[in-house]
Amino acid sequence: MSPDKATARSYLDIDDLSIVLKHQPTHRLLRSVGLHVMPGEVRGLVGESGAGKSMIGKTIFDILPRAVEIVEGSVRLGDDELLKLPQSARRKVIARTSALIPQDPLTALNPVRRIEPQITDRLTRILGVSKSDARERARALLDEVHIRDPESVLRNYPHQLSGGMRQRVLIAAAFAAEPKLIVADEPTTALDVTVQKQILKLIAEMQARHGTALLFVTHDLGVVAKICQNVSVLYGGKIVEDTEVKSLFARPTHAYTQALIAATPRYDRPDESLVPVPAAVIEATQHEIAAADDAWLGARQAGGRR
Amino acid sequence: MSEHARHRRPVSWRLILSGSWLAIVIICAVFAPYIAPHDPLAQDLLLERLPPFWVSGAEPGYYLGTDGLGRDVLSRIIYGARIALTVAFVAATAACLIGSTMGLVAGYFRGWLDQIVSRIVDIWMSFPPVLFSILLVAVIGTGLHSVIIAITAIDWIRFCRVVRAETLVQTRMDYIDSARAAGFSRLNILVREVFPNALPTIVALLSLEMGIAVIVEAILSFVNLSISTDDPTWGGMIAEGRTIIHFAWWVLVFPLIALFLTVLAFSQFGEGLRDRFDPVLR
Amino acid sequence: MSEPLFDVENLYVSFPDPNHKTLFGQMPMVEVLHGIRLKIEEGTVVGLVGESGSGKSTLGRALVRLLDPVSGSIRFAGTDITYLDENALRPLRRDLQVIFQDPLSALNPRLTIGTIIGRPLQLHGLANGRREALKLTQEALEHVGLPTAFVARYPHELSGGQRQRVGIARAIATRPRFVLADEIVSGLDVSSQAQILTLLADLKKDLGLTIVFISHDLSVVRRLCDQVVVLRHGEILENRPTGPLFEHPEHPYTAELKAAIPLPEVDGDWLNS
Repeated sequence: MSPDKATARSYLDIDDLSIVLKHQPTHRLLRSVGLHVMPGEVRGLVGESGAGKSMIGKTIFDILPRAVEIVEGSVRLGDDELLKLPQSARRKVIARTSALIPQDPLTALNPVRRIEPQITDRLTRILGVSKSDARERARALLDEVHIRDPESVLRNYPHQLSGGMRQRVLIAAAFAAEPKLIVADEPTTALDVTVQKQILKLIAEMQARHGTALLFVTHDLGVVAKICQNVSVLYGGKIVEDTEVKSLFARPTHAYTQALIAATPRYDRPDESLVPVPAAVIEATQHEIAAADDAWLGARQAGGRR
Repeated sequence: MSEHARHRRPVSWRLILSGSWLAIVIICAVFAPYIAPHDPLAQDLLLERLPPFWVSGAEPGYYLGTDGLGRDVLSRIIYGARIALTVAFVAATAACLIGSTMGLVAGYFRGWLDQIVSRIVDIWMSFPPVLFSILLVAVIGTGLHSVIIAITAIDWIRFCRVVRAETLVQTRMDYIDSARAAGFSRLNILVREVFPNALPTIVALLSLEMGIAVIVEAILSFVNLSISTDDPTWGGMIAEGRTIIHFAWWVLVFPLIALFLTVLAFSQFGEGLRDRFDPVLR
Repeated sequence: MSEPLFDVENLYVSFPDPNHKTLFGQMPMVEVLHGIRLKIEEGTVVGLVGESGSGKSTLGRALVRLLDPVSGSIRFAGTDITYLDENALRPLRRDLQVIFQDPLSALNPRLTIGTIIGRPLQLHGLANGRREALKLTQEALEHVGLPTAFVARYPHELSGGQRQRVGIARAIATRPRFVLADEIVSGLDVSSQAQILTLLADLKKDLGLTIVFISHDLSVVRRLCDQVVVLRHGEILENRPTGPLFEHPEHPYTAELKAAIPLPEVDGDWLNS
C-alpha cells in the first residue's frame, strides 16, 4: 500500500488519486488510489462491479465522464505528469505511449471498416508512419498473434471473423505502436473458456516479448492467478490489498480478499461449500472506508483553511 | 445501490414551460367568446391595417392590430386556436389509435400480418405527404372533417413504424419469454406486458403528432383547402398576411408566432412527459 | 426404476438462418440440435455445459417448450409435450418454470415485483384473488431471502443479486416440479454468485425440485449438479454423474474444457499446458 514500493522505474504511477462526483464533492468514487506498473510487469486490478476498476482505466486514458472530477492525486506515464499537462498535450502523450485491449471484441471494432485501417490508424495518423510501412507492420503483427492468413484478414470486415479472431486483431492493434503501457479491460470475459485460455496465453506472450507494462483489469481471480505477477484488490474505490499474486493466494491479508477467494467456486474442490462473502466483512470494510473518508475530508478542510 | 435509484427527479422546466403555453392555448380555445376582445369576423374598413399597440397610429383595444379587412388580429388568433386544437386532438388521437394498434400487432405477431402492414407502410411512405393531403382534401372536399381525415390517413404510419420498432425491441426481452413460460396467452402478453413498455413512446409521439397536425392544418389553410376562408385559422391568417407583409407585417407575424410556439410546446411536452414518467432510468 | 421426469428422444431443432436472407423474406433453416437423447430423473440437478453455439440454451428452451422442435419427442411426466400448442401447454406451465440469465431483461420494468410474481399464481388458480396472491408472493420472497416489502418495488430499484432472487422467487412460487436455470449466475459478482448458488442448492433440498442448470462455468456446475451433460455443435458428447465425469473425462473435449478453467492458484505451467 505504501507508495515507497514504487520505484523510479515504474512506468505508470498513480498516487493518491481521488475522484468525486461534481455535484456531490464529499462522495469519493476513487479513494486515494495508488497503483504502479513497471515495464515488463503484469499487474492485476481485481474488484467486483462498482468497485471503480473502469474509473481507473478511464483516468489513464483521460476519458472520464463529465459528471466526475479529479480532486487530488497524480497520474504519471513515464516522465509526464498527465494532470499537469493541457488537454491536447495530455492526449498526445497518451496516444503515443498507451493502448487499450477492450472487453467486448464485438463492439470494439467498427463494423463498416475493414480490419487493416483499424490496426494501422494509430500508426499513420498519430505516429506519421507511411501507409505501406503501416501495412507491412500490420501484416507482421497479425502473424505475431498467430493469425494464419494475415493478408485476407486485413481485407475482412469484423463480422467475418469469430470472437476469438477479433480479440486477436484487437491485441495486434494494441501492440501496433509499441506502447509502453497496455491496459487490458476484462479482455476475455466475453469469450468461451477454451478461447479465453488461448487469448490469455497470447497476451502473456506478446507482453513478455515487447516488455510492456500491462495493467490487467478483471473480476476473475482465476485469471489473475494465471497471468499476473502482482495484484491490487479494489473495493469501493479503495485499494484494500496490494501484493504479489503468490502471497495473495497463500496469505491474503485483508478480510475482504480472504472472503472473495473463499467465495470463488473451484471444480477441484467440490466438497468445500461456497462461502458467500459474509455481511460482517462487507460491514467492516465499509467502516474502514468511512474512516478513511473522514480522515481525508478532515485533512482537506484543514488544508483549505490554510 | 437500490436506495440510490429511488430519488425523485428534479422539476423539469421543459415540462413547465411547454405545459403552461399549451394551457394558455387550450383556455383561449375553450373560452374564446369570453376572452376575445372583438368579433373575429367583424369587418370595419375604417379600421383596416391598424398596427399593434406599441406602434404609433394604434387604436386602443386592438392590441395586436387589425388585418386588411379591419378584423382584430388578436381575436382571430384566439378563435384560430379552436380550430388548431380541434384538429390537433382529434386527428392525432385517431392517427395514434390506428397506427399504434397496427404497429403493436405487426411487431408482436410478426409473420404474414407484419408483412401486410409493412408493405402498406412502404406504399404509404412513397407518397409525398403534403401533396397527398392536398389531393385527399381536393377529392373529399374542404372542411374541418376533411382536414382531420386527411391528417389521420397520412400520419398513422408514423405511429405504426415507431411502435412496431419498439414492440420488436420489447419482444426480444426475456420477460416476454418469461410470461410465455408462465402460461399467459399471446393477447394477454401483448396487452399487459408489451403495451405498458411501448406507452411512453406512444405518448411522446402523440404529443409530437398534435404539433404536426397543427402545422398540416395551417398548410392546408394556407393553400385555402381547409375550412371556409372567413373562419379564422392560423394558416389562413398567414396566407392573408403574406400578401400585405410590406404594409402590415403584424398580420403575418403574430399567427406565425402562435403557430411556432404551439408546435414547439407540443413536441417538448411529449419529450418532457416521457422523461418525467418513465419509471425506468435509462 | 420409475419413469423419468423428462424423456427426450431423437430431438431435432432448427432456426431460420439470419445470415442468408433471401429476397422474399424466406430464410433457410440451420439445424441447432441433432438427435438429442436425454433422460432426467425427478429430484436431480442436471448441468448442461458447452461453449457458445453448443445448443445448450436451445435444448433448455425446448424442454420448457419456449420453442418448437422440428422432430423427435419430449415427454414430461408421462405426457408428450413436443407439439402441444399454447392452450394445451397452459395447465403444465406451473410445473415448468424458468429462471433467466439476465434478470433485468427477464423482469418487466413497468410492473412491480408483487405483480410479476403474483399474476402467474392467479392465472394458474393457485391464489384466489389479489390478497391471497400477495400472501403467496411474500412467502416466495421470504423463501429466497428478500424482504416482503419488495412487492411494491420495481425491478430497476434492486441490485443485480436481488433481481436474480426475484427471478428465483417467481419460478418457485407456483411450486413447480421442474425449473430451468439458464446461466443464472454468469452476470453476477462472485459474492452474489455464491449466495445464489447456495440458495438454489437449499431450494432443491427443501422443495425436491428437478433442475436443469445451464452454464459455461464448470466450477459452478461441479458444485451444484448431480449429473452433467456436455454439448458441442448440437450433440451430446458425454452424459454422466458429476464426480466421475470430472475425475475421468471420457471425451477429450470434456478434458479440454476442464483444463481451460483458470483455477485461483498460481501455476506457472498452466498457460503452456
